[in-house]
Amino acid sequence: MAEVKKIATREGYGQALVELGKEHDNLVVFDADLAGSTKTGMFKKAFPERHFNAGIAEADMICAAAGAAAMGMVAFASSFAMFAAGRAFEQVRNSVGYPHLNVKVAATHGGISVGEDGASHQCCEDFALMRSIPGMVVMSPSDNVEAIAAVKAAYEHDGPVYLRFGRLAVPVFHDEKTFKFQIGKGEILRDGTDVAIIANGLMVNEAVMAAETLAAKGINAMVVNICTIKPLDEEIVLEAAKKCGKVITCEEHSIIGGLGEAVCSLLSEKLPTPVRRIGVNDVFGCSGPAQELLKYYGLSAEHIVEVAEDFCK
Amino acid sequence: MTSIELKQLQKTACHVRMGIIESTHSAKCGHPGGSLSATELFTYLYFKELNVDPANPKMEQRDRFVLSKGHTAPGLYSALAERGFFPVEDLKTLRKIDSYLQGHPNMNTVPGVDMSTGSLGQGVSVAAGMALTAKLQKNPCRVYTLLGDGEIQEGQVWEACMFASHYKLDNLCVIIDNNGLQIDGRIADVMSPYPIVDKLEAFGFAVAAVDGQNFNELEAAFAQARATKGKPFAIVMKTTKGKGVSFMEDQAGWHGKAPNDAEYEIAMAELKAALAELEA
Repeated sequence: MAEVKKIATREGYGQALVELGKEHDNLVVFDADLAGSTKTGMFKKAFPERHFNAGIAEADMICAAAGAAAMGMVAFASSFAMFAAGRAFEQVRNSVGYPHLNVKVAATHGGISVGEDGASHQCCEDFALMRSIPGMVVMSPSDNVEAIAAVKAAYEHDGPVYLRFGRLAVPVFHDEKTFKFQIGKGEILRDGTDVAIIANGLMVNEAVMAAETLAAKGINAMVVNICTIKPLDEEIVLEAAKKCGKVITCEEHSIIGGLGEAVCSLLSEKLPTPVRRIGVNDVFGCSGPAQELLKYYGLSAEHIVEVAEDFCK
Repeated sequence: MTSIELKQLQKTACHVRMGIIESTHSAKCGHPGGSLSATELFTYLYFKELNVDPANPKMEQRDRFVLSKGHTAPGLYSALAERGFFPVEDLKTLRKIDSYLQGHPNMNTVPGVDMSTGSLGQGVSVAAGMALTAKLQKNPCRVYTLLGDGEIQEGQVWEACMFASHYKLDNLCVIIDNNGLQIDGRIADVMSPYPIVDKLEAFGFAVAAVDGQNFNELEAAFAQARATKGKPFAIVMKTTKGKGVSFMEDQAGWHGKAPNDAEYEIAMAELKAALAELEA
């Protein structure tokens, strides 16, 4: 078996920015002293005159990007998820969301897989915060190929977008030659009838692996990739719930306010279906190697298998 | 400016003040105090300084104005209406359901408003981002923003000042309305931001300190702003909160309170008398 290529989704972000920059003069990028980590440094190298560092001042960065958007530019603004969605929440809400400006808040280092930096930097609340802003598109790509496509779709989208990328290198399972992406459209990666596993971000690959293990145990799981948490692809979620009668949601985010709750809200109103949510269980993270942390917090194929087996008893 | 021009601006300021009283009285709420302190500034900007066209409010090369102290929307709306961006009559819809004149400015509903504001400290960052972008686009427009003196207690204001100075935004003019009052009392007592001029200079600004209710001083300051190269410019203007309405002057209580019917009559009578004096 060929070795699976592993790339962090933030790499795809940097690469997509450079590709977009070549085609579009109206693209500007803001960062807050993390250009090396967020990968906007790749854009800076190619287009230094269109990359602006705000220093360690995320609130100012978001509003400066809003100013650029108000002047007709498409502005990407990057920091770690904790600071872009967390510290600058009110700036995103009032200076980007309310005026519905073309700012793409592109946050890296989302979730527990930030690793050794620990709880202060492990943002598991960003989906909840960003989902609550009217008109905001919220996306969490699952691999490098989807990340590149999501960045390009965000550029084309007229209005504010929140993108979450990871620090950790994760398997690339999409084929860039055939992959098609559309904001608000989910993707069935594996068909099944016993339980539907709906995941985003790095949990999608874990879900696919879990489904393979479950198949060997006689449980036929469907796997749905929901990159766009808002607006949610209601059709695909309802279809999966109808077909399987059981739903498991998986996300590298608090079980409060993210994909799990979005799916539960939809199902409880339109098609009541038993749901198990896999995510960070309303706790803060801690320091440790990323892969070990993911297992520690139950964000792994093994844990999905356990939950599914119990669910399907 | 000529004495005729000066008198015309003073008369226009009277009309702007009447619009502030009309709109807040009609809304039964709103922020007259800081609108009245900045009335000469709004008047000077829209009748003298800004390159804007009411018939083409989205003109690409127009000068931008960001009301960072967004709660003084009644002052901005009244000046925009006087300048012809929308009917003066509409001022009476202020703060009413479905009115385009929201309690704080909305760039998507009000002709002539360049940015939605209201949350203090954010507008100045937006203005700096606009000025930076104008340079990148080689757009010759200038960007102006008005802040309250209480507003500069927000830390983000100083992030924006660092940014403006770092990027040498000499197309940006930051104006601070130093009326000395905020909701809880005198700014010096609540949380002193003084010395304001020294702080701005330390942050890399060229600064003019003026009487914000004197058109000649405003004219000189804006001329100096336009002539300054390589650094952003700030105008710290000393004003009286509630200026032009005797019982509102220098009273923190009139920050966010509308005149009742009796107060409305007195205020309008005073403003009409002031106008009559100018027209005599």
